[in-house]
Amino acid sequence: MMQLQCPFCGYRPENEFDCGGTTAIARPPIDCSDEVWGDYLFFRVNPKGLHAERWRHTFGCGQWFNVVRDTVTHEVSAVYRITESRPRALDP
Amino acid sequence: MRNRYSAGNLIGAAIGGHKDWAPAWLDVDPKPRYDVIVIGGGGHGLATAYYLAKNHGMTNVAVVEAGWIGGGNTGRNTTVVRSNYLYPESARLYDFSVQRYESLSKDLNFNVMFSQRGVITLAHSRHDLDAQERWTNAMLCNGIDAEMLNARQVQECEPRLDISSRARYPILGGFIQRRAGSARHDAVAWGYARGASALGVDIVQQCSVLDFIKKHGRVVGVKTSRGEIRADRVAMAVAGHSSVLANLAGFSLPVTSYALQAMVSEPVKPVLKAVTLSPALGAYWSQSDKGEVVIGGALDHFPSYAQRGSFAINQQAIAATVEAFPSLGRLRLLRQWAGIVDVVKDSSPIIGATPIPGLYINCGWGTGGFKAIPVGGWILAHVLATGQNHELAEAFQLARFHTGRLIDEAAASGIAH
Ligand SMILES: Cc1cc2nc3c(=O)[nH]c(=O)nc-3n(C[C@H](O)[C@H](O)[C@H](O)COP(=O)(O)OP(=O)(O)OC[C@H]3O[C@@H](n4cnc5c(N)ncnc54)[C@H](O)[C@@H]3O)c2cc1C
Ligand SMILES: [Zn+2]
Repeated sequence: MMQLQCPFCGYRPENEFDCGGTTAIARPPIDCSDEVWGDYLFFRVNPKGLHAERWRHTFGCGQWFNVVRDTVTHEVSAVYRITESRPRALDP
Repeated sequence: MRNRYSAGNLIGAAIGGHKDWAPAWLDVDPKPRYDVIVIGGGGHGLATAYYLAKNHGMTNVAVVEAGWIGGGNTGRNTTVVRSNYLYPESARLYDFSVQRYESLSKDLNFNVMFSQRGVITLAHSRHDLDAQERWTNAMLCNGIDAEMLNARQVQECEPRLDISSRARYPILGGFIQRRAGSARHDAVAWGYARGASALGVDIVQQCSVLDFIKKHGRVVGVKTSRGEIRADRVAMAVAGHSSVLANLAGFSLPVTSYALQAMVSEPVKPVLKAVTLSPALGAYWSQSDKGEVVIGGALDHFPSYAQRGSFAINQQAIAATVEAFPSLGRLRLLRQWAGIVDVVKDSSPIIGATPIPGLYINCGWGTGGFKAIPVGGWILAHVLATGQNHELAEAFQLARFHTGRLIDEAAASGIAH
């Protein structure tokens, strides 16, 4: 089974976690156009390769955190806390 | 040369030692230009080409496939064909497809082995029963056949299910769509390929689209691993790779790609009669004509382009199987695999023009587009040939993600099927 490293609990099996999708998507102002709001809600880059995403250790400590993971190999190249920004070396 | 398939033809060929069968379709080199290029040789791409030729007389068409036809989700799916959706727009769309399946073997002169053995959805709680009452009522209002079943009736339809009070996951009842069933996945791809090829469509395999050729913002062709090909219109039907191609073309999609897995047991004599789904357990079952018990699982819950399913979901599907069908507990697994499916937030497809002139799309079928191959091809061909959306496609445009008019079929698309 795939293992993920919770920053608080260490390596745990994947079925203790929930994936919350792409991380750090900024919410537009509430009076934005329908176009901008629709893009924010539904449209995603969905990359084949490195993806910065948020995970929650739901069946563990319950904390959210960020992961950079390759969507083809599933290799994790960074784990960082929810308020931290993506390590520069891994910018797309 | 034997181009038409029939019993007489088969006997004739047998007498001659089967020496004079023609290839079912021609695998050709691409020409420099076409009226229409369809990217993706899955069921949707092949059906699009077939209906372009058959319904609209457009035969200067190429299907460009990166691997081999049917090698994507079309050849990896668990072949459930049904139209038990909730909303009128979806009911019309999917039932049009089921109706095409009913006559597909005849239309294509190719046996797609469509078997209307019935699809049962299990209810494991009072809440499941309530939700299914609503669901069947919606189906009946939409003119689709549906019937609630009690536990005993469920067992009559599928005798090996454990409906006893000791069952770990008690079965309180369920509902059935009797016209639903399954078909042979490869045959659907091959049948459409053969039909399209016979009408003059070029099927080009081992040819990846690497980029789009644009002129004044309009797509006028594709760059492929086998050179440039030009066309008046380009359509893409590439399922899990839709975002990758959209990105190359310069627009984005409300799609996330996930791995969806399935597995089969060793072949055994007939043991399952129907197709059974348990949304609560995240698994569904049928038996193939080869005798394998086909077990489908839920989606992996994280984005993926790796064509393998996670062990966590694998375990869940197998655990559900041995509890729901105790007598299958000692079967051995033969194969397990996954496909990359294009999941959209409202679990409904996108079929029509893209923001880029000259480029059209058919995607978003996610976990359930095998059943929709005939309708997907039919309506994509319609917009490509006429420039107008088919009436069935009006509700399924990309614009709905900005207007908010979603068609949320999350419940009916439930687990994969
Ligand atoms: C395990 C599993 C079970 C399923 N069960 C069911 C079911 O029971 N019932 C149901 O209705 N649906 C089911 N589905 C969903 C169904 O398989 C798909 O929705 C359907 O097959 C999609 O067909 P398609 O033609 O759009 O895509 P595909 O069959 O995936 O074809 C797309 C093709 O595009 C090609 N391609 C991609 N990129 C490029 C490129 N750059 N250049 C050229 N070619 C390219 C690929 O090689 C591929 O052959 C299941 C899916 C899976 C994975
Ligand atoms: Zn933790």
